[in-house]
Amino acid sequence: MGLVVKKPGVITTVQDKGRFGYQGSGFATNGVMDHRAFAIANLLVENDPNAPVLEFALAGPTLRFTTNTFVAITGGDFSPTIDGKPVPLYTALMVRRGSILRFGASKTGCYGYLAIAGGSIRVPEVMGSRSTNLKCELGGWKGRALAAGDYLPFATKGVDFLPNLGSHRIEGDPYYGFGKDEIVVRVVPGPQEEMFTEAGVETFYTQAYTATTKCDRMGYRLDGPEIETRHGSDIISDGIAFGAVQVPSHGRPIIMLADRQTTGGYAKIGTIATVDIPKLVQRPPGSRVRFERVSVQEAQRLLRAEARQMDQLMLKVRRPSADGISPRRTARRLAPILEAQAQRMQADTLWIDRANRDERVGRRNDLTSASYETAAQRPTE
Amino acid sequence: MAGFTITIAGDSALNLEFAHTISPETSAKIRLAAENLTDDPIEGITELVPTFCSLMVYYNPLTISFDELATRLRGKLRDVGEADLSVRKIVQIPVCYGGDFGPDLPAVAAHAGLDESEVMRLHSAHDYLIDMLGFLPGFAYLGGLDERLHTPRLAVPRTRIEPGSVGIGGAQTGIYPLASPGGWQIIGRTPLRPYDPDREEPILYAAGEYLRFTPISADEYAAIEAQLAAGTYEYTTFVEGE
Repeated sequence: MGLVVKKPGVITTVQDKGRFGYQGSGFATNGVMDHRAFAIANLLVENDPNAPVLEFALAGPTLRFTTNTFVAITGGDFSPTIDGKPVPLYTALMVRRGSILRFGASKTGCYGYLAIAGGSIRVPEVMGSRSTNLKCELGGWKGRALAAGDYLPFATKGVDFLPNLGSHRIEGDPYYGFGKDEIVVRVVPGPQEEMFTEAGVETFYTQAYTATTKCDRMGYRLDGPEIETRHGSDIISDGIAFGAVQVPSHGRPIIMLADRQTTGGYAKIGTIATVDIPKLVQRPPGSRVRFERVSVQEAQRLLRAEARQMDQLMLKVRRPSADGISPRRTARRLAPILEAQAQRMQADTLWIDRANRDERVGRRNDLTSASYETAAQRPTE
Repeated sequence: MAGFTITIAGDSALNLEFAHTISPETSAKIRLAAENLTDDPIEGITELVPTFCSLMVYYNPLTISFDELATRLRGKLRDVGEADLSVRKIVQIPVCYGGDFGPDLPAVAAHAGLDESEVMRLHSAHDYLIDMLGFLPGFAYLGGLDERLHTPRLAVPRTRIEPGSVGIGGAQTGIYPLASPGGWQIIGRTPLRPYDPDREEPILYAAGEYLRFTPISADEYAAIEAQLAAGTYEYTTFVEGE
């Protein structure tokens, strides 16, 4: 029960939120680059919020499934197909045993995410996380990126069925602004803003910077006008937060990301607001970024708003009729969803595997009552 | 406890800055603050990273806001008391100096104008305070290398340094916890693994503790290596000054 890697893609790794609690000993946190796409992918297949996913960059993998399951693909658009047919992003997709899920090169964004229902990929937890630490060769899938021929097992218990499947989709995520030439990313000043001249700080917040080809999971090097320091950029090494904007002596910013080292000796002019990190990491080389100064209070307010947005999304996905008061309104709301569901699932609307239907119906009491929220979802015999 | 200033490191971390120069006193203050926050945690703090002069505090802003955390930290850490520098936790590191394990020992000796045995004696003569861990898991930045042993890094770094290698790079000395490229002068090797992901405590030591290098022979090295493989080796740590 799992998937076979036919082609690994450029760099495909297992990641979760990251490995916390060991930075004091020198371990990078690792974890996903884009927490937003990660959260939505897991949400769409009803996984635990921290279930490990596959993260891929530049060009995605080709995978053959050895069991029936549901998956969701989020982040950049890598033109995914299942058995040759294009499939949508941000949608829970049924995958049958033997199906081939193929990704191409990224059309938009830089990182793509694949979540698999049922708690996703079964890899051991190392020091509290399933994220891959490539440098130390630990965590994730054998501490490395996927290679052709790898067989990744995943748990499939209880995921031959997703309640309200038709509503497990959203219309993309306009948040990213894919297609815009330039994005604005918010920055919380500090911890070493005073190392820079007033002119240097002004340059940073008023000029556009361009993503270079030297961008990876460790950091994004940007090109643009030089940011002037008062007395050089060397500091006594201190901790580096996710999104810290280091400015070495050459005066151009390097934004420190998931695989960054824990400590460093360059001055940091600011730190990218967490809510804007997904937007930044999805910018391909050559695209422009501008920085806007915000207070820490404002950045934290934005983060709370993002958490609320995710909660609402979860509700909408899992219980499309949650805020419906009258039965008539609920019915009106459900009709197009069920219609879409029926179309997408074709003949056999609710069960994946017709041959095993009797057996599965016999096991219906194993499913939680939450699976039977609306009459429309009950199996009809 | 003497004062610290709080600096902002984004919306999910802050720094408690205790000083602008590296010293054992600063290191002790950082350790005290970290111990205080570990023993009696503030809800929302997710991780502490001690460095040379500051303590980085990671937190979940959905649980506690910057303003609230800063206020609570100022209150909580006001009366932690002065660091007691007399109590030291020391981790013993057996090192086989020279030979294949320490190919650069002759170069370090020549640079210092000393015998190789004198270099070994000086290097293992006193305990080294771990100012911080960083760069690689278990890579300890050690303070207090004898000035006579300060040696420039190799002009051409090695592409692979064996784990456990003990080196000197400029004014610093330390142990490579993992196989890694590196430019330090390698003077010996310890059979111990500073970092072992399968050990209950993956890292052998922490910032604020001391390392004591003890010279051993190649035979002793082999014996310890065998004990480690058999799981019978007992790590030696001391607490002094109590």
